[in-house]
Amino acid sequence: MIAPTADTPIPAAQIDYVALSPLLVVAGFAVLGLVLEAALPRRRRFLVQAVVTAVGLVIALVASVMVYLDLPDVAEAERVARGAVEAEGAVTVDGPGVLTWIVLVVFALLSLGLFAERRFEAGLSPFTGRAADVPGSREESEAVTHRLEHTEVFPLVLFALSGMMLFATANDLITMFVALEVLSLPLYVLCAVARRRRLISQEAALKYFLLGAFSSVFFLYGAALAYGYAGSLNLTLIDEAVTARSDSGGLLLVAMAMIAVGLLFKIGAVPFHAWTPDVYQGAPTPVTAFMAAATKAAAFVALMRVFFVAFGGASWDWRPTIWVVAVLTMVFGSIVAIAQTDVKRMLAYSSIAHAGFLLVGFSAAYLGVADGLSVTSVSSVLFYLFVYGVATIGAFAIVTVVRDSAGETTHLARWAGLGRQSPWLAGAFTLFMLSFAGIPLTAGFIGKWGVFAAAWAGGTWPLVVIGVLASALAAYFYVRVVVLMFFTEPVGDGPAVAAPGVLTTVVIALAAIATVVLGIVPGPMLDVVQHAGAFVR
Amino acid sequence: MLELSWLLIAIPLAGAALLLLWGQRSDAFGHLIATAASAAAFVLGLVMFVELLGREADDRSVTSTLGTWIETARFHVEFAFTVDQLSSLFVLLITGVGTLIHVYSIGYMAHDERRRRFFAYLNLFVAAMLTLVLAADYLVLFLGWEGVGLASYLLIGFWQHKPSAAAAANKAFIMNRIGDVGMVIAIMTMFATFGTTSIAAVNGAVGDVSATTATALGLLLLLGACGKSAQVPLQAWLLDAMEGPTPVSALIHAATMVTAGVYLVVRSAGIYDASEVARTFVIVVGLVTLLVGAWIGCAKDDIKKVLAGSTMSQIGYMMLAAGLGPAGYAFAIFHLLTHGFFKANMFLGAGSVMHAMDDDVDMRHYGALRRAMPITFATFGLGYLAIIGFPGMSGFFSKDKIIEAALAHNLWIGLGAMIGAAITAFYMTRLMMMTFFGERRWRDRVHPHESPSVMTVPLIVLAALSVLGGALYLGNWIGDWLEPVAGHAEHHELPAPVIVIQLAVVALVAAGVALAVWLFRSDVPDTAPADTDVSILTRAGRHEIYTNEVNGVLAVFPVRYLTRFLVWLDARGIDGLVTGTADRIGEASQGLRATQTGYVRSYALGIFGGALVVVLGLLAVTLG
Repeated sequence: MIAPTADTPIPAAQIDYVALSPLLVVAGFAVLGLVLEAALPRRRRFLVQAVVTAVGLVIALVASVMVYLDLPDVAEAERVARGAVEAEGAVTVDGPGVLTWIVLVVFALLSLGLFAERRFEAGLSPFTGRAADVPGSREESEAVTHRLEHTEVFPLVLFALSGMMLFATANDLITMFVALEVLSLPLYVLCAVARRRRLISQEAALKYFLLGAFSSVFFLYGAALAYGYAGSLNLTLIDEAVTARSDSGGLLLVAMAMIAVGLLFKIGAVPFHAWTPDVYQGAPTPVTAFMAAATKAAAFVALMRVFFVAFGGASWDWRPTIWVVAVLTMVFGSIVAIAQTDVKRMLAYSSIAHAGFLLVGFSAAYLGVADGLSVTSVSSVLFYLFVYGVATIGAFAIVTVVRDSAGETTHLARWAGLGRQSPWLAGAFTLFMLSFAGIPLTAGFIGKWGVFAAAWAGGTWPLVVIGVLASALAAYFYVRVVVLMFFTEPVGDGPAVAAPGVLTTVVIALAAIATVVLGIVPGPMLDVVQHAGAFVR
Repeated sequence: MLELSWLLIAIPLAGAALLLLWGQRSDAFGHLIATAASAAAFVLGLVMFVELLGREADDRSVTSTLGTWIETARFHVEFAFTVDQLSSLFVLLITGVGTLIHVYSIGYMAHDERRRRFFAYLNLFVAAMLTLVLAADYLVLFLGWEGVGLASYLLIGFWQHKPSAAAAANKAFIMNRIGDVGMVIAIMTMFATFGTTSIAAVNGAVGDVSATTATALGLLLLLGACGKSAQVPLQAWLLDAMEGPTPVSALIHAATMVTAGVYLVVRSAGIYDASEVARTFVIVVGLVTLLVGAWIGCAKDDIKKVLAGSTMSQIGYMMLAAGLGPAGYAFAIFHLLTHGFFKANMFLGAGSVMHAMDDDVDMRHYGALRRAMPITFATFGLGYLAIIGFPGMSGFFSKDKIIEAALAHNLWIGLGAMIGAAITAFYMTRLMMMTFFGERRWRDRVHPHESPSVMTVPLIVLAALSVLGGALYLGNWIGDWLEPVAGHAEHHELPAPVIVIQLAVVALVAAGVALAVWLFRSDVPDTAPADTDVSILTRAGRHEIYTNEVNGVLAVFPVRYLTRFLVWLDARGIDGLVTGTADRIGEASQGLRATQTGYVRSYALGIFGGALVVVLGLLAVTLG
């Protein structure tokens, strides 16, 4: 780098605002949401905030699609890639990255339907009136009496989303760290503001915060070591240093391990999974849905970007360790899920198992061949993330509907006989379970097929065998829920199912349709993820 | 016409969808729609079959593509269906026997308030089974494979008020998943090796790859076949599956679905031709199952379980034949068809008996039913003569051909198959004696009566087919017909002239019959002797050769304890699962903060330990 002197003026930063517009739109609407929060009278806030957030998301979606269609081709000898490094090397706007933006915004739009649903709590949102009140205190009952609602959740979701979008496209480790914090902090708060069972909700948030901070430190330390090794935080420059190395590089290995820990925590891989069940269970269900789908997508793309772009030259150093993590994650998640008696915890362990299946696709590090039109690690993971996320949001949406007088009833025993009471709802839940289990004609089957095919092509067939065995095991507990809903006598008067509002119904229907359509005609979507190509470096 | 093969699947599928979506308004006539759908598929299948007959031998395989399922540059799966000599026979069996069983069920399920749903599932099954046999691609075949598994699961557990039915459905599902693992890995291997999963392409190219790959594929597919066809070691679910309504046992667990494994092996003839090792495994599995099934059949008192053991045993014969390669493929299918007729006949006959005996399945409570139920007795008797291989009946030809082919392959295997025939004769005669002959041992207030004609007409049709099915062998028609699919059967030297072998088999069968007649000639106690009073062989047979116990030791216990261990581990590091959570809600008001710090600390410790492991792992891999 040339030090600026009196003779050489500091060059102005070259920033392509159009390419970055989706990010800017989301962040801008988040700020707008804060202003509205301060300016609007309380009565009108909820509706305005919800509408403004939806408008922002739709604009971001359109902008992302336009950016995607406009990506320049990169002439690379080995494989097809599209996009460019923007913002002075801080952000890479490339095929997989922009596709992830689109996926994330879609997840946010679906989740927004659950955030804005006010039918279940007698016309109030699922979020507490005043989060600052001590649970059980006089102030709290006052807030309930006055029917207060938290409308800050909408800008918070947008802030988290902007962090996720940046996370997936960051091209240097410091930007990535900032993005990690920007996505995490709003989520910590969101976890704490459930209307019902506030103590569990706050406990979940505190745990998530402490452990998240703890794992962030690992990431940061790893970034520092990587800087020490490569002399740069930029992924491309780290790649150059890694490719040109002549020694085994102990410093590099520790740097990779530390960064991996930080990222594996976010995706909930064993042994960094411990927070997942508690947080998924404690957080308000709409937040859980958003978090489970979107955080995993963003973190996985970031994980792939760091390890394929920066540490791709050392892939034989990190792959064996990731294999072990992948096996542990699949097997642990699938087995422990069997013992769960709470729907949200079961879905949490299922998300751990899915992280394992995704890691199988990732750790194959199969980047495809010259024509770039095969199932690669990147394309198969992107597809899987989308179908998993959609089914997850759908499943949690159904969790919000099954309720009794104390709010959602998540104990599995209370779900017995749901199939008789609400066949459509139970049918949709069955569909999501079958998709999670990877049964043919659902999207989940194609997703599993994709990651296993990539892993096979990458030569890690033992992982595929273990993966197939683990998914056979996992099918057991998914089917157990189906049996429970359709073939078991209800306990007492059975589950009370609130009539879902329009928004929740639309979310469930969209998720179900996507799960079926992507199972029967996955071709177009597979084309899209393959068309996205490789990461641009 | 042959391009319309998708319609065969679409008709029953539409029937199922109609019945399920229409709901209770179609209760009154739903069963008629379902029966009509099945019959329409049969008529269409018959028209196609006739058209195939009219074609030249090398022009009898027509593949039509409905659309593309998975389309990427390197991987291409089409919804393609093949009508050829093999699949057209299966179509006729599935829709023909299926329609008869639909008709029978109209009477059998007349008093069940969920009859419409039952018929919807039956139609669903027919559609899935047709997908399985018509598929031109292993992935589409797998779709049908899972589909019949689902339908079987729904139907075994149909009487959901019985806990035993739900447990049996679960058991069938889980054991089939084990087989499915083999299928999935086989399909992955095909994709990795050949770049395609088309059945024709894989079987055409398998000769060019290493024998190891062919063996691996053969063994993996065999694992799948064992799960679906209830072959040793994945056989234990079939006996429990008898919890389902009897028409289900007849259609799914005797005539069609359980023979899918045999179909798979024959359909994958290219793979098995390329691997001697895989074929040998198929033979061993078949032989062991045929003896084990017959053994179980001798010891059970539950009429349906005797028939279930017999089904296992007969499918063992088919597997054995399929393992003999081109010499046996056609005979495997031949026996599969005749077995489909006579076993469906006998299951429906057993259903008719149960109908008359207030759903009692214990043969010790039967006796002397031949007068009370003449039609059932006559039709059942013809099925009985067919299965024991009475000369001239269908089973005589089909079983005899398998025994001959086995003898030509290896003397000991042939002798095993002959002994199996003798045991078959014994346990089937025992069943006949205990049910239709001897003294009345009826419970109080049971008044046996002949079933209505809606149930007896299918019995009569099936009985006729049981007798006449042997006609398929006239002039070796079935061998010639299947030759383009199954390959040419070389003529093998037999250790003795054919007539000697036939006479020996007949003699063995006669000995089995005579032994059973003599043992059960007089009154049979109406309660089973206690386990301690019977021979060790009977005791083992009653307990299904202790296979459930073996499964428990080998599979269930390890998984259960691994689960417990991991949950325990999780509960140490984390909190006590749901109970812990519930407790914590209670504790929360007093000491939330205190407990919480402890938990987070242990989580953090876990993360720290994990990080340490990851760091050391990376260092060890590279520096070590």
